[in-house]
Amino acid sequence: MDIKINVRETPGGAYVVELSGEIDVYTSPKVKEAIGELIDRGIYQLVINLEKVRYIDSTGLGVLIGGLKRVREYGGAVNLVCTNPQIKKIFDITGLVKIFGIYDAEDAALKASV
Amino acid sequence: MTAAVKASGLADVVELRIPGKAEWVAVARLAVSAVASRLKFSIEEIEDIRLAVAEACTDSIQHACGQGQIDIWCESVGNALRVRVRREGTADKTAVSDADDEVSGLGIFLVRALMDEVEYSVHPERGTDLTMVKYVGA
Repeated sequence: MDIKINVRETPGGAYVVELSGEIDVYTSPKVKEAIGELIDRGIYQLVINLEKVRYIDSTGLGVLIGGLKRVREYGGAVNLVCTNPQIKKIFDITGLVKIFGIYDAEDAALKASV
Repeated sequence: MTAAVKASGLADVVELRIPGKAEWVAVARLAVSAVASRLKFSIEEIEDIRLAVAEACTDSIQHACGQGQIDIWCESVGNALRVRVRREGTADKTAVSDADDEVSGLGIFLVRALMDEVEYSVHPERGTDLTMVKYVGA
């Protein structure tokens, strides 16, 4: 079980963190590190694409919340791309749908980040 | 164990012991998913059980002092699956990892939301002990 992390800059200058695999207590520190590096570089508008994530637990949610708290200090935002019904359900149960922008497509998440 | 499910005969039991380390939690959730799939749970219910068991294991890792083993018992009882996750040893409520520092308690919240019955205890000397029940179609 592992996580693949691909960080890319879009032609519009936004940054997308594309995650693939499972985000759990073992892999979430790697995700935290990747997001932290972007924020340390002064990038505060983030799109995190979870379309290829098969599983996320509370530690993964914690990393996303931590990233959001950090970018908000600079007026930034974290928008998520999520199509997996089980993962959407976890965001619903925890009430995180109210604090993250959650979109079905990356284009929509990028538009919201402008 | 005092969870409310009553055995109506001999229950089918699967026992698993994993090291109390983050890299082994995936093994526990895969094994328990396989057990749940033997019953008549829907795919969504199996996903709920998988996450709940993983959260219980993660909680026991985050609240334990030092290394140790996590014991997991799965019992198929009628139309229910009862899972107990126990880690013996000294529990430390302050020993929460960095990854969880934003959402301490969220894991157990999820367990309670996803399962039908939950009993949870953290004891300073006996470690963590969580028993949860999921009913088919509940």
